[in-house]
Amino acid sequence: MGRYVLRRLLQLIPVFVGTTFLIYFLVWAVPGDPFTGMCGERPCPPQFVAAMTDKYNLDDNVVVQYLKYMGTLLTGDFGQTYAEQPIGDMIANAAPVSVRLAVIAVIIEAVIGVTAGILTGLRGRGFLDNLVLVSTLFLIAIPTFVTGFVIQIVLGFQLEILTPTVSTEAKWSELIIPGFVLGSLSMAYVSRLTRASISENRRADFMRTALAKGQPKSRIVGVHLLRNSAIPVITFLGTDIGNLMGGAIVTEGIFGIHGIGKLIFDGINDKQGAIVTGVVVLLVLVFLLVNLIIDLMYAVLDPRIRYD
Amino acid sequence: MTDPTTAAAGTAPDLGASAYVTAPEHQMSGPGKPRSLWSDAWRDLRRRPLFIIAGAVIVLLAIIAIFPSWFTSVDPNHKDLSHSRETPSGAAWFGYDLQGRDVYARVVYGARWTLLVGLSASVLTVLIGAFFGIIAGYFGRWIDGLISRIGEIFFGLPFVLGAIVILNLVRNAEIRGALPIVFAVVASIAVLSWPVAMRIMRSAAITAKQQDYVKAARALGASAPRIIFKHLLPNCLAPVLVYGTIALGAFIGAEATLSFLGIGLRDPAVSWGVMISDARNYVRVAPHMLLFPAGFLTATVLAFVMLGDAVREALDPKLR
Repeated sequence: MGRYVLRRLLQLIPVFVGTTFLIYFLVWAVPGDPFTGMCGERPCPPQFVAAMTDKYNLDDNVVVQYLKYMGTLLTGDFGQTYAEQPIGDMIANAAPVSVRLAVIAVIIEAVIGVTAGILTGLRGRGFLDNLVLVSTLFLIAIPTFVTGFVIQIVLGFQLEILTPTVSTEAKWSELIIPGFVLGSLSMAYVSRLTRASISENRRADFMRTALAKGQPKSRIVGVHLLRNSAIPVITFLGTDIGNLMGGAIVTEGIFGIHGIGKLIFDGINDKQGAIVTGVVVLLVLVFLLVNLIIDLMYAVLDPRIRYD
Repeated sequence: MTDPTTAAAGTAPDLGASAYVTAPEHQMSGPGKPRSLWSDAWRDLRRRPLFIIAGAVIVLLAIIAIFPSWFTSVDPNHKDLSHSRETPSGAAWFGYDLQGRDVYARVVYGARWTLLVGLSASVLTVLIGAFFGIIAGYFGRWIDGLISRIGEIFFGLPFVLGAIVILNLVRNAEIRGALPIVFAVVASIAVLSWPVAMRIMRSAAITAKQQDYVKAARALGASAPRIIFKHLLPNCLAPVLVYGTIALGAFIGAEATLSFLGIGLRDPAVSWGVMISDARNYVRVAPHMLLFPAGFLTATVLAFVMLGDAVREALDPKLR
């Protein structure tokens, strides 16, 4: 087990370096002057350009630039924006909001999606099954921003049940509706995946054995069936956490939430390359680590899987 | 249990005289020649209501995209500020937008851009993914390792983030004209999605490589390109095509999302996503500007997802 974890950690390094270098390259190695339009209508004063070129090592070639950047990043220093705001602080302010949003989205998609999947998977064809199939089809087909806008128009503007935008504090209660919007697409996938997995395992040999041993139904379903059907669902939920953190750009934009997504989007619009690379590096790291944890959880769920 | 071959095998001992006929001869005596996977799937599909509905919607959309002038005689770019943000009426079924343009005409003319992006992104993704997947699967060893690692790098990028960064480059490069913009959006979608198609193709190729016909072809001295194109490709195509059909719907949604963020298509390539993006600031006063293109977008994605579901069920024998 320990050796497996070590090997997986070593395998993460090339992927991490590759992905972050790709982002760094795309953000910084842009042909053309990075300072166009940065100082309003006038060209930037030469002192400013010289200072910034020095600060971001823009005179070096891109590989050296990347290595220098990663060197400071690994000491925990995210650098500063052009206006000398520390990026680490900006991320620290925005991250809790995004994490709360992602947690709500994952809880909603796991609870509703898995419940719907288990119910339909166990019952088989019938009214409930068709209802879930049709509603998941619609959830998959409607883009997130349309769901967001429709909910905002109906609940916020017409029925006036909730405030259409979220305040800067972004309390848990305010994030429930945005979290639902964010998680709605994955909720549909989770319920379909659970349903497929359950109805496949329902006919497996171990189910017949458990039934023949005379075990109570709650134990057959709760232990034998669910545990064996959990792997694909958990894999999906794991990859989704990474996507939810970054993919919240749209949801955060609609509801005016000041999270990681907004930080990146503003960073790109204001050409603040340091913000974009810093946040993306962080997100890629989260994504890779979550995937590693999911891999390790397989052994807990299915003892047949051995690591060596 | 509904598989015809197992059913036939189960009843074989009771057949008397025909029990002496071996299995292959038995099959030959059936009506006509044995059906292939594709004709089997096609027969299956034609009987599915889901497939027929989705197919009809897609054909209608294709006609709208190719011949928009059959559906409206109004110029989608004709501006009349006196009609600004007018709600739907007999004269303009979907109302007018901020600049007094007919929303219905714009929706009709927007269909081609939406479909063009979805279709080309799907084709390009499948082409890139299938090419690298079949090479990785057939040659294995370090080629497989290299391609798989590169795939992981692109797979590790969250989609929206990656697309924003790539398209931001394009925006800075000041690309003009409808087709170059479309190409930039299509390319960025394909660059971020090919690893999925690659993995599907790779695992199909690894399975097919161990089949006897491939070993026989290699023993007969067939070259690698010949084995790949003549033997592997036809046998590995089904899963990746299923992925392509389902992804088509998803890519249409992705294009709308990117356009909504202001980095996807833009004038003169006005897709539904661009219309939704233009309408976002007036949601409260004129929701019709947003809801009509959004409705068309949803119906289109729905049709492609339904088509993909039907095709997958028809091609995947496990689900029958």
